[in-house]
Amino acid sequence: MRVMLNGEPSEIKDSSTVADLLDSLAIGRERVAVEVNLDIVPKAMYDTHLLSDGDKIEVVHFVGGG
Amino acid sequence: MALENDKLIIAGREFNSRLMVGTGKYASFQQMAQALEISGAEIITVAVRRVNISDRSKESLLDYIDPKRYTLLPNTAGCYTADDAVRTCRLAREAGLSDFVKLEVLGDEKTLFPDNEELLKAAKILVKEGFTVLPYTSDDVIMCRKLEDIGCAAVMPLGAPIGSGLGIRNPYNIRIILETIKVPVIVDAGVGSASDAAIAMELGCDGVLMNTAIAGAQDPIAMAEAMKLAIIAGRLSYKAGRIPRKLYANASSPVEGLLA
Repeated sequence: MRVMLNGEPSEIKDSSTVADLLDSLAIGRERVAVEVNLDIVPKAMYDTHLLSDGDKIEVVHFVGGG
Repeated sequence: MALENDKLIIAGREFNSRLMVGTGKYASFQQMAQALEISGAEIITVAVRRVNISDRSKESLLDYIDPKRYTLLPNTAGCYTADDAVRTCRLAREAGLSDFVKLEVLGDEKTLFPDNEELLKAAKILVKEGFTVLPYTSDDVIMCRKLEDIGCAAVMPLGAPIGSGLGIRNPYNIRIILETIKVPVIVDAGVGSASDAAIAMELGCDGVLMNTAIAGAQDPIAMAEAMKLAIIAGRLSYKAGRIPRKLYANASSPVEGLLA
């Protein structure tokens, strides 16, 4: 299915959960936050939150800043 | 030392250091980590950005920062509306599991001055949602009072534009803010050198937040140490109570017993 991932159109496996997506990208779940269609997905929901075709997904983390 | 029990208290949390530093603009993460270490800072700011999906090889900031040792203060740098700032804070809380946020809502790219109307709007929402809000704002006592009234844990007036290194441009405004505001007053932005930081502390500020002054110095590690000392010196000087300014001289040596 196609989703928007951090502003880029991306192809991901059907019926992926947030956890599946992070695993496939080798992103550790502890240090990120995930938003799907402007709603934050709590870490406790990563294993159960199913992504859908057309979802707008943001995966953010901390970078250097003032 | 006279500063032994002189803790900075923000929202009930105690800190020994009154210097807060940013993590941006360093030549490397190693250099940043060294600068943080020597600065003695306990609160450090970070920004919230998209993970680079296409290039996962890059190291992560948090590989170099021990979250047990430092209190992370995520910022909303780059946000120009209350909505964007609130969204960023919610993401930051989820990523970092802390309620502390440095709230900034910018009005203009050239000055990076705050849009105080949007700032207040965002602060109200965030306070209601349980965030500990530290807002970057103008050196304007009315604005600071409004931010305090709605429940911000501190106010962070600018000394000069972000990254400008111009120092404390309006010490009188800062003094008025200090006389009026009960929550901690932290000068955020504008510091260029150690003397600027000392001036802020001598005015009676509760702390100083800086990034470029350290990261942009020719030797950031040395400047981090200079800032640490300047904050301590300025605080001691404030607590010690300076002499009044006078226009004319007042001899330090006795006038009695002079040779005829």
